[in-house]
Amino acid sequence: MTAYEPVIGLEVHVQLATASKLFCGCPTTFGAAPNSQTCPVCLGLPGTLPVLNQRAFELGIRTAVALECRVAEVMKFDRKQYFYPDLPKGYQISQYDRPLAHDGHLDVAGGEAVKRIRIRRAHLEEDAGKLLHDPNEPFSYVDFNRAGIPLLEIVTEPDLRLPEDAYAYLVELKAILRALGVSNCNMEEGSLRCDANVSLRPSGAAELGAKVEIKNLNSFKAVKDALAFEMDRQRRVLERGEAVAQETRLWNARAQTTEPMRSKEEASDYRYFPEPDLVPFHIEAAAVERARRELPELPARHRQRLVEAYGLSAYDAGVLAQFRPLGALFEQTVAHYPKPKPVVNWIMGDLLGYLNGRSQDPETLVFQPAWLVHLLEAIERGEISGKTAKALFVEALERQRDPQELMQGRDVRQIVDAGELERLVDVVVSEHQKSVADYQKGKANALMFLVGKCMERSQGKANPQQLKSILQRKLAEPREAVS
Amino acid sequence: MPVAPAALTLHELREQIAAGALDPRALLRDLLERISRLNPSLRAYIAVDPERVLAQLEARLQHGPRGPLFGIPITVKDNLCVSGEETACGSQILSGFRPPYHATVVERLLQAGAVVIPRANMDEFAFGSSTETSAFGPTRNPWDPARVPGGSSGGSAAAVAADVAIAALGTDTGGSIRQPASFCGVVGLKPTYGRVSRYGLIAFASSLDQAGPLTKDVTDCALLLSVIAGQDARDSTSAPMPVPDYLAALSEPVKGLRVGVPALPSDGLDPQVAAALEEAQRVLERLGMRPVPVELPHIRHAVETYYIIATAEASSNLARYDGVRYGWRATALPAGPARGGGIDASSAQRGLLPMYLQTRAQGFGAEAVRRILLGTYVLSRGYYDAYYLQGMKVRTLMKRDFDAALAQCDALLLPTAPTPAFRLGEKLADPLQMYLSDIYTISANLAGVPAMSVPCGLSREGLPIGLQLIGAPFQEAMLLRVARAYEQATDWHRRRPALAAAGTAR
Repeated sequence: MTAYEPVIGLEVHVQLATASKLFCGCPTTFGAAPNSQTCPVCLGLPGTLPVLNQRAFELGIRTAVALECRVAEVMKFDRKQYFYPDLPKGYQISQYDRPLAHDGHLDVAGGEAVKRIRIRRAHLEEDAGKLLHDPNEPFSYVDFNRAGIPLLEIVTEPDLRLPEDAYAYLVELKAILRALGVSNCNMEEGSLRCDANVSLRPSGAAELGAKVEIKNLNSFKAVKDALAFEMDRQRRVLERGEAVAQETRLWNARAQTTEPMRSKEEASDYRYFPEPDLVPFHIEAAAVERARRELPELPARHRQRLVEAYGLSAYDAGVLAQFRPLGALFEQTVAHYPKPKPVVNWIMGDLLGYLNGRSQDPETLVFQPAWLVHLLEAIERGEISGKTAKALFVEALERQRDPQELMQGRDVRQIVDAGELERLVDVVVSEHQKSVADYQKGKANALMFLVGKCMERSQGKANPQQLKSILQRKLAEPREAVS
Repeated sequence: MPVAPAALTLHELREQIAAGALDPRALLRDLLERISRLNPSLRAYIAVDPERVLAQLEARLQHGPRGPLFGIPITVKDNLCVSGEETACGSQILSGFRPPYHATVVERLLQAGAVVIPRANMDEFAFGSSTETSAFGPTRNPWDPARVPGGSSGGSAAAVAADVAIAALGTDTGGSIRQPASFCGVVGLKPTYGRVSRYGLIAFASSLDQAGPLTKDVTDCALLLSVIAGQDARDSTSAPMPVPDYLAALSEPVKGLRVGVPALPSDGLDPQVAAALEEAQRVLERLGMRPVPVELPHIRHAVETYYIIATAEASSNLARYDGVRYGWRATALPAGPARGGGIDASSAQRGLLPMYLQTRAQGFGAEAVRRILLGTYVLSRGYYDAYYLQGMKVRTLMKRDFDAALAQCDALLLPTAPTPAFRLGEKLADPLQMYLSDIYTISANLAGVPAMSVPCGLSREGLPIGLQLIGAPFQEAMLLRVARAYEQATDWHRRRPALAAAGTAR
């Protein structure tokens, strides 16, 4: 049987984080009342003209530079023409043959080796509006708030081979875009959208197979799942001896399948031509140089530095570099409490656990490094037990308060007094004679059970290390002495 | 016999009003009276609402601004947006459309204190050279009602010629100011591309369109141009060039200037027009200007190049008229199928396609449909390189032609149109003949250079003939200076059609 190699390319639409739209002054705030953020220009009323938003242009350059693209010396806009009620002018202002940037790349960790994914181009374009269908009405509604929102479309070469590559690319791209501050990358709000192209070819073949474009991918996981499904579907088609049809398909997340949307024959002829309402833009080399100079630390460099400077594992460094608030919390905490190991453990364990439990995006985290420093210092001074610390940490997150402040006036201090601990152990031992016997018969687990019972009785305030050594000592003594 | 106010020029009225010798109300009443009397047969305006215009004047008199056009009515073509006023571009498909904004040129008129009279008739979407394609009926030529006023700014030109406008704004994509100016015996100027803002000018071909004045004489033209010219932040294609003092330029001497006389394709050129041009050249020579022969080798490709680029852009610019959001929508649409619950996007589309098709098929006139089809074709996959791209290359060559020719002279002298005004219906059935009437004007649009038409004679039938002056980019002042000198040496601009003279004297 022929082995097939998948060939994957991705087109990502990024909403640039500008205050106003790409060609007019309307605000870009998400969730406003329908058609409240519109004007004659973004509604495409007769006689109105577009004027380029300088900020969108700058954010585009910043992104292009971060993706190691070649920024065009002259870029121009073109009209992409088709009829649809959400497209007010009957064309979208986009860039066709002179995009903002081209020929860049992005390195992603794919399994063992680092894979270099080439970026074919990145171009600016305006978003369309949105149709709303009410099943009880014989008509549809149009909301033009999105019409004219600035997008940067980033297109890869077909360099990806596996759904996991696509997933890793998207994760890395999103981390970069967030590090650059060019987009909030919120998929629910549509600020990051992805279409995937996939084809199969016999392994080793140079020629590409018929390409299928998949749309309606609402999450990175959907991209991965849809690609896996589509590769399998195409393989089965080829194995039946049939040809894969070049077409656009929609991902149905509920059914976990792709469904035909339109065939190659139905594809529009967009009749691109230069947008005469906007003059070509000369991009000065100095502007590109400045953007390059002002680039923040990108995730790849950040990861490397975390490993080298703090001795973190590649995995931990990866997570901290992927989410800027986590990386910042780590580095700022370590600056005042220079023990990277416990700090990263708190972030990777308790903090991420907390966020995952609430499905909270780490990007939205608000937590002061000083709070973690105070917590760690209190543990180190032996003032609070680990268990108390965990509880305080969650409370600090929820109430946005300094754990130090939360501790004040509360009986959370750890019991360290030897006499008090001895009394506690005596009570627990007398109540759990069976476990004592088990331990003495050689069951090591019984000791931890007893430690646990002591902790429970102290409401978590006892020091488990101390308890353990007291128990070991006491249980090693002759039985008579215990009673 | 006292001269009726409406028959005066803009600059005369300006002086009289400034001196307190004329009440702007008397002027407007006279003008409205003439409109109500002459417009039903002339149809220079699609519609005029006297009450609204009078109310506008009262507002102006009370609140100003007292600018250079204070209290003077200026007529604007139906493709220049006037906030709150119906602006339909001579088309059924935009009927009922009231823009919530002023075109920048309209705003500048108002800032200068003018009273804006909207809706000068025009060819639908400016597609035509006769004003016959207007969805609201053709405009008649005031010199001979059996003839066209030219187009597409035929309403503006006829209104100025018949003294139912003091001065007017038109737009020029391929000659739409100059050719009707020539047919109606008035002055018309197409500015350099980028000299005047296009914001609020309902686009025909965005890379060619420019608004400009149609006036009774060259001084009025200079005055109106100085009001509307200048960069506009809302139009990225408007040029960041300072606006010179066009009125001051009028009195500069022309002696020693060089007038370029290009060798032109002369098939279709009426001998009377040729003779008038030769005579005009002699006048300029008598004024001390020196003729210089120049070459414009690519001008012979102007018509085909123009009809590729202009229709391509038009097909795109007119895509927005789909009946979805504003303007006219075809009625009697097939109802969407009855549906139960559940989102069914496609059902909306089942009703959508017929709505699109019927709205566009019924809402556009025959010439608009023809140009949309032509433009769609030349931009189609597989044809783009052969047509649009090739057209853009020829356009570049034409720009070079003009650069080279205008390096050797101060202004070019050409006919405006190959013939005087033709008869209504004469070319309507033959689009190619109609397109060829623009042969001398369209190259200035393709090259982006300024050009103006000035009356230079009357044919045996008593129809006006115009000469065309073309200058280097942003050299409108040079054109006005030469035109003014010519005008002072002749009296063609004082000739009025019999229609205009009715009830007035000049």
